[in-house]
Amino acid sequence: MPVLELAGKSISFNDEGFMEDHTQWDENVAREIASKVGLEELTDRHFKVLQFMRKAYEENGTGPTIRALTKQSGIPTKELYELFPNGPAKKAARIAGIPKPQGCI
Amino acid sequence: MNDIFADPEVLGTDNEALEPIKKVSIVVSKGSLEGVYPALIMANGARMEGIEASIFFTFFGLHAIVKKKMDKLKVATVGNPALCVPDAMGMPMPTLLGAIPGMSAFATHMMKAEMEKLDIPPVGEFIEMIHDAGAKIYSCKATVDMFKLKPEDFCPQMDRVLTVGEFYQLSAGAQIIFT
Repeated sequence: MPVLELAGKSISFNDEGFMEDHTQWDENVAREIASKVGLEELTDRHFKVLQFMRKAYEENGTGPTIRALTKQSGIPTKELYELFPNGPAKKAARIAGIPKPQGCI
Repeated sequence: MNDIFADPEVLGTDNEALEPIKKVSIVVSKGSLEGVYPALIMANGARMEGIEASIFFTFFGLHAIVKKKMDKLKVATVGNPALCVPDAMGMPMPTLLGAIPGMSAFATHMMKAEMEKLDIPPVGEFIEMIHDAGAKIYSCKATVDMFKLKPEDFCPQMDRVLTVGEFYQLSAGAQIIFT
């Protein structure tokens, strides 16, 4: 199980590179993961998505579908794909510190 | 980029690393609900994984992007030997019963309710979502001519009418999936 030193914390990841314990997450951890997956800057809009995903995970035990995410967070699909290019669901879940999304939608 | 965040390599039979899929071109030729949804789910799934996607609607598949038809697609209850009531593990439904008026509407209603529970959107909304996700929506020239369709008959997400030749041209580098 890989452990990375991020923002002054030892964070453990599973073999697919998702955080083992989402409570270790904070905004600086998010920034450091983001820079490692090619997102240099996280804006307020990014954090809005990340916080929404974390909330959905805490409430339902799984990340939201893209449809739920766009409808309930108020971030349109187009913008979501611009904020998290090359695979928004997996990338945003990774940066949000929650497990890999399980759904097909 | 750190290694643990990279997608794991998939190996072939000779242990060689295989090239990940970068682009898909999906052909939709059927106009039933169960004929259209798999393609939409696969196109959306491709975009979610960062894979370039386009959908080419042909023959009755074209109904999925015609404004007046797209949200009225139905499950085929005749000639569908896998159909069971109320779900895949239920009692098989004889095809003769499937021919009773209203049966297709009923099966469609049941299936749509199950899909909504899984957060699978209605066709119109799904097409919009897939298009917003960056996928291209094309219609087949031969079918458009055959059905005498006009540009205003289509949903606004329809990007272009293509000949088969243009479809192949735009599918450069893609895996073509026929449904």
